[in-house]
Amino acid sequence: MPWRVLEPLRRSPALAVGLAMVAAWLVTAAAAPWLAPSGPTVSDYGALSQAPSAAHWFGTDEYGRDVLSRVLFGGRYVLLIAPAATLIGLVLGAAIGMSAAYFGRWVDEVIMRLLDAVMAFPIVILALLALTMLGGSTGNVVLVIGLVFAPLIARTARAAALVEVRREYVQAARIRREGPLYVLAVEVLPNIRGPLVVEGTIRLGYAVFTSATLGFLGLGVQPPAPDWGLMVAENRALLTSAPWTVLFPAGAIAFVVVGFSLMADGLRDLEGR
Amino acid sequence: MSAPVLAFDGLSIAYRRRGRWHEAVSDVDLAIAPGEAYGLVGESGCGKSTLAMAAMGYLPDNARVSAGGIRIAGEDLAALDAEGLRRLRGGTVAAVYQSPGTALNPALTVGEQIAEVYRLHRGFGHRAAWDAAAAMLERVQIPDGHRVRNNYPYQLSGGMQQRVVIAMGLAGDPDLLVLDEPTTALDTTVQAEILALFEGLRAELDVALLFISHNLGVVQAVCDRVGVMYAGELVEEGPAETLFHDPRHPYTAGLIACIPDFDAAGRPLRPIPGAPPEPGERPAGCVFAPRCPVARDDCRGTRPPLAATGPGRASRCLYPDDTPAVDRGAGAATGTHAGGGTGDAVLRAEGLHLTLGGVPILRDVDVTLRRGETLALVGESGSGKTSLARVLTGLARPRAGTVSRSGRGGAAVQPLQMVFQSPDGTLNPSHRIGFILARAIRRLAGLGRRAARERVPGLMRAAALDPALARRRGGQLSGGQRQRVAIARAFAGTPDAVVLDEPTSALDVSVQAAILELLRGLRDRQGVAYLFITHDLAVVRHLADRVAVMYLGVIVEEGPADAVLGGPCHPYTEALIAAVPRGRRRPSRPRLTGTNPGPAARPAGCPFHTRCPHVMDICRTEAPPRREPHAGHGVHCHLEIPALPRPAG
Repeated sequence: MPWRVLEPLRRSPALAVGLAMVAAWLVTAAAAPWLAPSGPTVSDYGALSQAPSAAHWFGTDEYGRDVLSRVLFGGRYVLLIAPAATLIGLVLGAAIGMSAAYFGRWVDEVIMRLLDAVMAFPIVILALLALTMLGGSTGNVVLVIGLVFAPLIARTARAAALVEVRREYVQAARIRREGPLYVLAVEVLPNIRGPLVVEGTIRLGYAVFTSATLGFLGLGVQPPAPDWGLMVAENRALLTSAPWTVLFPAGAIAFVVVGFSLMADGLRDLEGR
Repeated sequence: MSAPVLAFDGLSIAYRRRGRWHEAVSDVDLAIAPGEAYGLVGESGCGKSTLAMAAMGYLPDNARVSAGGIRIAGEDLAALDAEGLRRLRGGTVAAVYQSPGTALNPALTVGEQIAEVYRLHRGFGHRAAWDAAAAMLERVQIPDGHRVRNNYPYQLSGGMQQRVVIAMGLAGDPDLLVLDEPTTALDTTVQAEILALFEGLRAELDVALLFISHNLGVVQAVCDRVGVMYAGELVEEGPAETLFHDPRHPYTAGLIACIPDFDAAGRPLRPIPGAPPEPGERPAGCVFAPRCPVARDDCRGTRPPLAATGPGRASRCLYPDDTPAVDRGAGAATGTHAGGGTGDAVLRAEGLHLTLGGVPILRDVDVTLRRGETLALVGESGSGKTSLARVLTGLARPRAGTVSRSGRGGAAVQPLQMVFQSPDGTLNPSHRIGFILARAIRRLAGLGRRAARERVPGLMRAAALDPALARRRGGQLSGGQRQRVAIARAFAGTPDAVVLDEPTSALDVSVQAAILELLRGLRDRQGVAYLFITHDLAVVRHLADRVAVMYLGVIVEEGPADAVLGGPCHPYTEALIAAVPRGRRRPSRPRLTGTNPGPAARPAGCPFHTRCPHVMDICRTEAPPRREPHAGHGVHCHLEIPALPRPAG
């Protein structure tokens, strides 16, 4: 039995590598209080802007804070933000997309044109506008990322559901007068799980990226919190003099995003078979 | 007999699945003489298509010839290199497959695709090849080949596309044409035209045919000799005329007993019990022994050789003389069942009009289904049969007209249910059979969750399903089992009527027989009415009380099955009856001219006038009146009743 669970990993190396990268992030973020050499906001005024060394593996920033500790703790913010935002996007997007596919005709037309209009704006601009109005808090960041992801997920859900709603089992359900909610939740949703999981995994990576971008723009978590995007923003002037303060948090973002992308690729390959 | 164009010498082919080799074809010996038409019949999974691919040297990567060999025009296929194979395919051997749509390149005109064969295999120049393409199109009876060669495949109907594929095959001047279910995807009227084309071409050209089909009637109509495949073995071989009338292998006899015969209506179908063995689970002795009605003890121990049973005949049976005789159903009663069609209407539709995307699909259709009767709805694809079913079941809303369903169970029970054509899409792949049926019982019989679950095993048994299958999902069942679940689902309440949309057309004949018998049994026990959509007139004869014939969205004729199929009838009905493949004993067969224009280009007046052999001036402008040759038998035609055609029987 345990081998059966590992079978997909053997068949898709991309999935295995991606999963390992994401797991590494999850573990280090969760275990940050024990792994980190110091607290994320603790300054060592005897060691300002120091290059990586045995004492500070990732070096220190201009306030003498240990970059490794900050990167480890920074992983915890996204650990909350990315899954919560993606979940909101999935629930909302799946509901919108499946409804468009099921009702078709003018309902579909109206929904999809509205989504097209929303998607005409770059995600970051949308999130920026929303956060400027709502104010930047962690809860709002989650909500806004979820909202801007919903149209993209809706599109995937609609495409997958369009195939299913024409299948005979859906017609059979309609002939026995099942309501739209039952048909969508019980007949259609289980059969578009695959594409939704793949899309959700891609979105997880983008959620990390988007939350970092918002952090960089100063719209998410506020200093001195060790958010990755925020760290890049705060230290970007030091890129030439103390590059480690920027490169390590930036690398962390890239690491997690790539991890999720690989996972999504792997899952899609398995789906296709 | 001169050297064969194709010979399989003790051929065995194995496939690798999950690291293990399973034999799909075992020890097949057969030889096709020049100019001979050889038919290969058998159910899906018996190895027919593997043999067809082997004859082209097209085995997939996970297959290998594990014993024996293939010779084409004396050349050993295994000894050929890539260049030799290329020369062979399209040159010495050409193939025509089931779906012409995927055989043709959509981006090239059909003329270019035929001309290419002339250039590559016959060394023609561009100009000469282009002219030869037009000539070949006319040879496969596409009139006006000079014009049609400039068409792209999508501009042609399915039947025309298949003619183009045949033309491509013939362009290489092959010795052998491999035909793998070439007419299965086509309407019966088009099938009849293609079969007639093969007959004509064989008289004209010296080409041998390897004709693979699951349809015995079609094979009988085209072939000189026939081989019957079962579980990877050639179990019987012989001349087409004698083999089907006097089979020498119990499987052949069983196959014949499964098939509804248009000319023997009352003959009950006898499904073969059990299912064919999976590759790798084939029994040690005779492969058919576990399902054979006349098997003896030694059949299970020894593998019978292919032994001669008469002139030109051979059978892989130890006791060929025990083979049950074919029941021709002579003198049997007609297909009508007692009590059919006497009661009040359970479904009445009047003046239905349906338009989809601006195209008129149904025009002024009236249908009445009486309690307990079976009404067959026949017609070519695109005639609106399925659209009518969708309107009747409430899946589509008509532009005009009324549908009244009078239920006997009150509002809680849905009086009209439906069984669909495709066994693949009919069950939700995510749910277990038990869940699917329990839900249907809750909705259709109005029971609670608990009571519904308790009723599932009984419902499954009624559909001849093992209740243990309730724990499985649809993907783990065979096509026939899935269709039984779909039938059980339709009968979960107490339906007054069930719409059956080609419920057996995707199934093998032995499975079809079992499903048809199940449907017949349920009807007789429950007094349910069926609206049976089919293109198979033999099935109509077998099951229907009344028939309605549709053409381009109108019902051109309706009445009692015997009256409609016996005539006098509408010229279109006559053409449908003439198109039923019935072996070689075909009297004069009126053939349709032209192709079905489709609902988008529906002709004015009588929609059938563009193809009708009896067309008159009035037909082009005025919709035909309804005439009644007998009470309850209506024909929409401008011909006076005495002039209406009577099909040759």
